[in-house]
Amino acid sequence: MNNLLIAPVVIPLLTGMALIILQKNIRLQRALSLIALCVTAIIAVMLINRISHGGIQTLQLGGWEAPFGISFVGDMFSALLLLATSIVAIGCVIFAFSSTERRQEKLYFYPLFLFLITGVNGSFLTGDLFNLYVFFEVFLVASYVMITLGGTQKQLRESLKYIFTNIISSAFFLMGVAYLYSITGTLNLAHLSMRIAEVGQDGLITTVALLFLIVFALKAGLLLFFWLPGSYSVPPTAVSAIFAALLTKVGIYAIFRMFTLIFYHEPQVTHLVIGILAAATMILGGLGAIGFWDLRNILTYNVIISVGFIMLGFVSMTTNGMMGSIYYLLHDMIIKALVFLIGGTIIHLTGTSRLKEIGGLIRLQPWLGWMFLIAALSMVGIPPLSGFLGKVFITRGAFESGYFWLGAIGLVASLCILYSMIKLFMNAFWGDTMLNEEELKGNAKGLLFPIAFLTCASLVLGIGAEGIAGYVTQAANELLNPNLYIQAVFK
Amino acid sequence: MKPNNVILQTVTQVAVFIIFTFSIYLFMNGHHNPGGGFIGGLSTAAAIVLLYLSFGIEKVRENIRIDYKKLAAVGVFIAVGTGLAGVIFGQPFLTQIFGHVQLPIFGDTELASALVFDTGVALAVIGTAVNIILSICEDR
Repeated sequence: MNNLLIAPVVIPLLTGMALIILQKNIRLQRALSLIALCVTAIIAVMLINRISHGGIQTLQLGGWEAPFGISFVGDMFSALLLLATSIVAIGCVIFAFSSTERRQEKLYFYPLFLFLITGVNGSFLTGDLFNLYVFFEVFLVASYVMITLGGTQKQLRESLKYIFTNIISSAFFLMGVAYLYSITGTLNLAHLSMRIAEVGQDGLITTVALLFLIVFALKAGLLLFFWLPGSYSVPPTAVSAIFAALLTKVGIYAIFRMFTLIFYHEPQVTHLVIGILAAATMILGGLGAIGFWDLRNILTYNVIISVGFIMLGFVSMTTNGMMGSIYYLLHDMIIKALVFLIGGTIIHLTGTSRLKEIGGLIRLQPWLGWMFLIAALSMVGIPPLSGFLGKVFITRGAFESGYFWLGAIGLVASLCILYSMIKLFMNAFWGDTMLNEEELKGNAKGLLFPIAFLTCASLVLGIGAEGIAGYVTQAANELLNPNLYIQAVFK
Repeated sequence: MKPNNVILQTVTQVAVFIIFTFSIYLFMNGHHNPGGGFIGGLSTAAAIVLLYLSFGIEKVRENIRIDYKKLAAVGVFIAVGTGLAGVIFGQPFLTQIFGHVQLPIFGDTELASALVFDTGVALAVIGTAVNIILSICEDR
């Protein structure tokens, strides 16, 4: 029993509730939400420390033992994601301080932000399938509201698509839960894993597994990403950054959890399908990133490429591939928030997102430009930046397990990232200066600090990769050995 | 022309009390039988919405001065707070306790900390449900 596990859920939730009551006082709202996120980050560090010494931590809510009550399970994978979530959230909330309008801040921006974090943290920690559904809904409902903050026509149009897509996928999620419950008679993830291992994963269960794959692929933007470019480019910058950094990653987390813990018996079916989806995602995302000349579109298509790339390491089901996926997942959360914040700042400064109308920004905003270059290079995977290790391990894993075609597509996708990011850099920051100091639509005051914070986080992740290697290895081993998870829940 | 609401208003004046009583019954029934904070809160919200329907938003707002958003927040606070009480005593989150007490009129009564939790749930449900209805009908 470890009550620390509930803290990442309860702290943002209670703070959010307090902020609803303190709606009038914006300063206090900002301070409290920042403090809550910092405390969550500290708790994530404590959890990582505890798990590295004592193995997977569990908490049975209300003292009801495992298959009957709701379990909270913290393994190294979820704890690392918790820490990355907190860091990203701190960066985005600081960015929101100076970029969000007063009126929107009063319309419960900070409580909603914290509810989103509550849902994301809860999804990472819960050990119960239905509870996972509930936490998905918690962050989705918060995201429905946040996507419409501002209420422009474009936002309302995209939010409608976003809400419909997610409602349909949630309905499928619920159906999958019902199927699984009627087949196995349990919803506790560890218990599910045990029962399916006992009776064997027959065709019916594999079909249910594919249903879950559709659900989580919709949420993660794995091939079924038609809703993603539109809905991630309309909300305010701080919101779209947190969406790009966290929401697809929860879908990825769910695929990892379900297909390493429960549906891991028929990899020649399920994992091959995931591999094909990942390949198609990378190709289509790469085409999008190359083809568009709009800053927002390029960035959202880069989100899609990275989803495919992370799944590529997962498909290999080797320690190297898993380690690579975990490294890349952590890197991608931070870096996607970072590039979205930079992109939002560029749009804020110039008033346009069309690349051909921007140019020479580096003379006006040197810091912004160089930080963008660092972000771009680490997305591509230039050593010693943070994307490098992930790419190496993912590629190695894919080749080790014989998925040569997948590995090759992954490398080509990296080239697409390189081309699109350098295109962005050359057009936006180099070239002739199209605007002078007076023509800028806004100033970057207060916006550079959170960007610098996330750049530092990304640099630390890249240069200190050796330092977290032990944790990542442990996370990969725990994912590949479902028995560790089961034993921790049923001890 | 002002619509004539005499029948609705007269019925409501009686019906609201019946609904309130029934919702309290549902709420108290919850620990061992069907009922509880959620359904109790929902039926209370139904009564409040009925009041709004028959007497109009302005008039009810004059008499029930509650901010339902804050009510919902307070409810969640109470519910999660009882969960955290277990943590203070070194038990898992959401641990519940109960005991038997001799009360003057009711005699031997079972008191459970789940009741406090349920109160929180009920407040959260009332706050959310009424707030949803109000924000839909105020929207123009």
